[in-house]
Amino acid sequence: MDVSILSWGDTGWGDEFFFATLMTLAVATCSFLLGLVIAVLAASMKLSQRRWLIFLANIYTTVVRGIPELLVIYLIFYGSGTLLMSIASSLFGIHDYIEMPIFLMGVLCIGLSSGAYSTEVIRGAVQAVPTGTIEAAQAMGMPVLVRFRRILVPQTIRFALPGLGNVWQLTLKETSLISVIGLTEIVRISQIGAGSEKKPFIFFITALLLFLILASLSNRAYKLLEARAEKGVRVN
Amino acid sequence: MDWDIIEESIPAILHALPVTLGLIGTSLLIGFVLAVLVALGQLQKAWLISRSAHFFVYIFRSSPLLIQIFLIYYGSGQLRDELSAVGLWHLFREPWFCAILALSLNTAAYTAEIIRGGIKSVPMDLLEAGEAIGMNKQQLFRRITFPLAIRQALPAYGNEVILMVKSSSLASTITIMDITGVYKEIASEYFSPLEPLLIAGSIYLLLNFIVTQLIAYFERRLAI
Repeated sequence: MDVSILSWGDTGWGDEFFFATLMTLAVATCSFLLGLVIAVLAASMKLSQRRWLIFLANIYTTVVRGIPELLVIYLIFYGSGTLLMSIASSLFGIHDYIEMPIFLMGVLCIGLSSGAYSTEVIRGAVQAVPTGTIEAAQAMGMPVLVRFRRILVPQTIRFALPGLGNVWQLTLKETSLISVIGLTEIVRISQIGAGSEKKPFIFFITALLLFLILASLSNRAYKLLEARAEKGVRVN
Repeated sequence: MDWDIIEESIPAILHALPVTLGLIGTSLLIGFVLAVLVALGQLQKAWLISRSAHFFVYIFRSSPLLIQIFLIYYGSGQLRDELSAVGLWHLFREPWFCAILALSLNTAAYTAEIIRGGIKSVPMDLLEAGEAIGMNKQQLFRRITFPLAIRQALPAYGNEVILMVKSSSLASTITIMDITGVYKEIASEYFSPLEPLLIAGSIYLLLNFIVTQLIAYFERRLAI
């Protein structure tokens, strides 16, 4: 099999693949962070005392985890432009054709789905924090915010890390779905390359290998993070 | 909200339900059989068998399903001569075959991990007791290890089935008109994605609801 097609420069696809990999990482990182923000909100809703907040958060996690991501992607892809245009015309009287940037759409789709999985992880982690430590802080007269920052957050992070590691791997793989709306990440660039060079096997196997590399690298980074979070904790 | 589109999309999307069910059912069946073999392979003492089983699981769990589908469907085109030589080309030309193959291999890798966990959770003293009353290796596996492992693995396998319901939608990217494929067609035709989503989304939610109920039923029946 001829691999010179993957060389760097004008004749090869090496540089295209390199930038597509960066794009995959960028989408994955932004979506994961957006997901975390959503997850903190949704998890605190689930842990609140208000019935309707719990209900709303449950609807979010059930629906997003229960329907295929592709459906959500198509919904946002076909729907966001129409929605933006109707808002623009009713509020500002603008009737131009507006389209959401593909990158933003992609991050929104994957972030929504990543957030639903992170919500459950964070909820579980908060519930795993021993109440004794919080009561001890209360007994010492720690104000709520300090208690939150010094007692609840560090322990939650430690308990949530393994689950969040899984969510990251999931998010990384899910970014591949964004290729259907045309964002040039790893899968899209291999489709383009496979089409123009008529060598689909070599392009898709490269894409597969790139994902294996990303997964292994993030696994290693995650081990470091975990070791850091366990600093000062007795583990057997 | 446009009721005409809803009215029109209900029969079209329901028409695609058997396609989605066929994809899910066939791949779960093939995937489960493969998964038992792979899980047993992983637990073998023979270095080559256990290494290749682990490698299979690693590849299919660490890469996106979409690439696996594209690699099998489009990638096989580059190997056309080789595949024709062994008489397999007419299979790889079919999107149906490729979708089922990719989905089965993918779910086999995830399920193998689940089953391996189940097998490892079976207490040693039960096996020793079996040996003590003179069961041979096959009997130990069939009467003790397998039933207990399945019971232990059931909740995790339920999650895997739900993931498969969702994953089957990726078959629409290689021209298969399952629920998602039909949804996309309607959404792009009318340029109004919300109405058909209500229908397609509810069907997927309903499918997943049925799956959770079924798994819960089996968990109760097989309760130890």
